[in-house]
Amino acid sequence: MSAIAIHTEHLTRRFGAVTAVDDLSLDVPAGTIHGFLGPNGCGKSTTIRMLCGLLRPTAGSARVLDVDVQSDPEALKRRIGYMTQKFSLYDDLSVLENLTFMAEVHSLPRATRQQRIMRQLTRFGLARRTAQLAGTLSGGQRQRLALAAVSLHAPDLLFLDEPTSAVDPQSRREFWDFLFELVDEGHTILVTTHFMDEAERCHGLTILDHGRLVASGEPRALLEALPATVLEVSSPVARRVHDLLAADPAVIDMAQLGTRLHVLVRPDVPAAEQHVSARLLEAAVEAQVRQVSPNLEDVFVMATRGS
Amino acid sequence: MARLTFTRIWAIGRKEFMHLRRDRLTGGMVAGIPLMLTLLFGYAINNDVRHLRAAVVDEASTSASRALVQDAVATQVLDVVASARSARELERMIATNVISVGIYIPPDFEQHRARRSPPYAQVFVDDSDPIVLSAVRGLTTLGATDGRGEQSMMALRPLYNPERRSVVFIVPGLCGVILTLTMVLFTAIAIVRERERGNLELLITTPISSLELMIGKIIPYVLIGYVQISLIMLLGVTLFDVPVRGSWWDFYAGAGIFVLSTLTLGLLISTAAQTQFQAFQMTFMSFLPQMLLSGFMFPFEGMPRPAQWLAELFPLTHFLRIVRGVVLRDASLVMMRDDIWPLAVIFLVLISLATLRFRKRLD
Repeated sequence: MSAIAIHTEHLTRRFGAVTAVDDLSLDVPAGTIHGFLGPNGCGKSTTIRMLCGLLRPTAGSARVLDVDVQSDPEALKRRIGYMTQKFSLYDDLSVLENLTFMAEVHSLPRATRQQRIMRQLTRFGLARRTAQLAGTLSGGQRQRLALAAVSLHAPDLLFLDEPTSAVDPQSRREFWDFLFELVDEGHTILVTTHFMDEAERCHGLTILDHGRLVASGEPRALLEALPATVLEVSSPVARRVHDLLAADPAVIDMAQLGTRLHVLVRPDVPAAEQHVSARLLEAAVEAQVRQVSPNLEDVFVMATRGS
Repeated sequence: MARLTFTRIWAIGRKEFMHLRRDRLTGGMVAGIPLMLTLLFGYAINNDVRHLRAAVVDEASTSASRALVQDAVATQVLDVVASARSARELERMIATNVISVGIYIPPDFEQHRARRSPPYAQVFVDDSDPIVLSAVRGLTTLGATDGRGEQSMMALRPLYNPERRSVVFIVPGLCGVILTLTMVLFTAIAIVRERERGNLELLITTPISSLELMIGKIIPYVLIGYVQISLIMLLGVTLFDVPVRGSWWDFYAGAGIFVLSTLTLGLLISTAAQTQFQAFQMTFMSFLPQMLLSGFMFPFEGMPRPAQWLAELFPLTHFLRIVRGVVLRDASLVMMRDDIWPLAVIFLVLISLATLRFRKRLD
C-alpha cells in the first residue's frame, strides 16, 4: 500500500444549487489519525460519503487506498469501515447479534469469525454485555459497539463521523485510546469532530468551511502559523472590556471565559499587549493583559471567520 | 455482478427473523390478520342471502296461491315479517325499509294460470342491493315449476358446492387476499425501515450486493407466508368444513410461487418509498385493485375486458384460480400451469426491477 491512504483532487459535490463540498484537494498519509473540523453543514459528512463510494462526486476525483472511488466502489467496501454519525447498528439486536451480523455480511471466514468477535468484545469492554440489546446501551457503550462493528473486518481505513458527539468526557478519552491502538496496528483513521481537545490529538487536521478547505496541516504547524496575536485579559468587569474591545478594529475575535477574555488581535498591530492595555486604561477599566499561546480553537475561529 | 454468498444472504435473513421476533406488533400481524379476516369472512361476510324481510299480499287466496307463498318461504330466502293489504302498501313498506321483498298475488291469479299466460304473480324487490335482486330472481322460477307438470327444461347439477355455502368459495381465496396484504406490507417496509433508522448507510458500505440483500429480505417471509396460509386453511377446514379435494403438495407449491411474487412486489415498493408511511400508502394502492379485480369480490367473467386484462397482471388473480382449482376442483398444478407461469414471470420481473432500482448509493 502506498503511504497515502486518501488522495483527492478538486473533489466537488453539489446538491442542486448548494455546493456541499467545493474543490477539495487533500492527502491523508496512511497510518495516521486525520481530523476533519468545521461548522455543522460544512461538508464533512458529504466528503466522507464520497470517499466511501456512497455519493458520486460532481467533479474532481478521489483515490482511497489506491482505488478510484468512482470506478470501483465495491472493491473499496471490503477494506473500509464507516461509522456513521447516527448509530446505525440495530437497536433491537443484541451486542453479539449485531457483531455476528456484521461478521457475516463481511464474509469473515467461519474459523476466525468467533475469535474476532470475542476479541472485539474484550477489547471494547463489551464482553459482559453480549446479550444486551444495542438500543439499551449507554451512549459510550453504543459508540464502542459501533467502533467494534466497523473495525471487525480489520479494514485498512476507518471513517468515523462525529463518533464522540454524544459521549461523556471519560468515555471520549477511552474512545481515543482505542483509536490510537487501531493506528498502532496500521489502520488509518479519518475522524470528524467538534472537540478541540480531540483535534489536538490528530496527526493531521483539515478545517472545512462552506465546503472549502480553509486550513490544513499538523496541529502544531497550524498553531504556529496562526495569523493573530492571542491575549488574555482578566478583569472584574469582563463584559465591559468585551464591549470596549468589540469596537476596536485591531481586535478580530473574543471569547469570554468567566472573568477572563480570550482576545485575538490582528497580526499587523505592533505590540498588541500594549495596544490593548492602553485602550482599556483610556476607558479607566481595571484589567490585566498578557500574551498567551494560541490554541486550536483560535485556529478554528480564524480559519472559519471568513464566512 | 458479484458472486452470491450464502453467508451474507443468511445473515440478512436471520436478522429479519430477529426483528420479527422482537417486534410484537409485526409478529402479532403474522397470526392476527389471517385469524381475524378468516373469522370475519367466514362468519359475517356472506353472499348467501337468507331471511330477507318480506310481506305478502294474496288477493287470489286460492290453494295454489297459498302453495306458491309456502314454496317461497320454504327456500329460506324470505321471512314473512309483516302483512299488507295492497300492492301500493308493499311498495311503501319497501321504501321505508320495513321489508325488502314483497309478493303480490293478483285476484286474477287463477285465470292467468288457466290460460298459462305468465306472470301469475309479482315480486317487488328492493334491488338497490344487486345481490338481493339475484337471490330473489331465483324465486321467480318457482311459479313455473309448481304443480301441473310444468317442469323446467333444464335441471341444475351442482358439482362442488351443492349447499351453495359461499364460505367454501371464500376461504381458499382468502389465502391469496391475506397474503397479498401481509406479504407486500412486510417487505414493503423491510428496506424503508432500514433507511429511516439509518441502518442502510452502514449496510451499503459493506460488501453485500443488492441481490443478496433482496433474497435475504425475502427468505423469512416465505416461511411466514406458509404459516399464514396453513393457519387460514386450518380454520377453513375445522370451522367452516372447507373441503380440500386436491393435493396439499400442489396447494403449498402453488402458494410458494405466489408468495415469492407478492414478496418481490413489496421489495419493489420498498425501493421506491422514502418513508414507512409512503410504503404503507403504496401497499394499499396495490392491494385495493387486486382485491376488487382479481375475482375475489366479484366474478372475473363479469368484468369488462380492459379490467380483465389489467387483472391478469396481478399475482392474486392467478393464485385465486390456482387455489380454487386445487382446493375445490381437485385440479393438479400441471392443469393450472397457465396460471403458474405468469406468477413465475411476475416474480422474475419484480425481483430484477427491485435489484436494479436498489443502489448502494445515497444519491
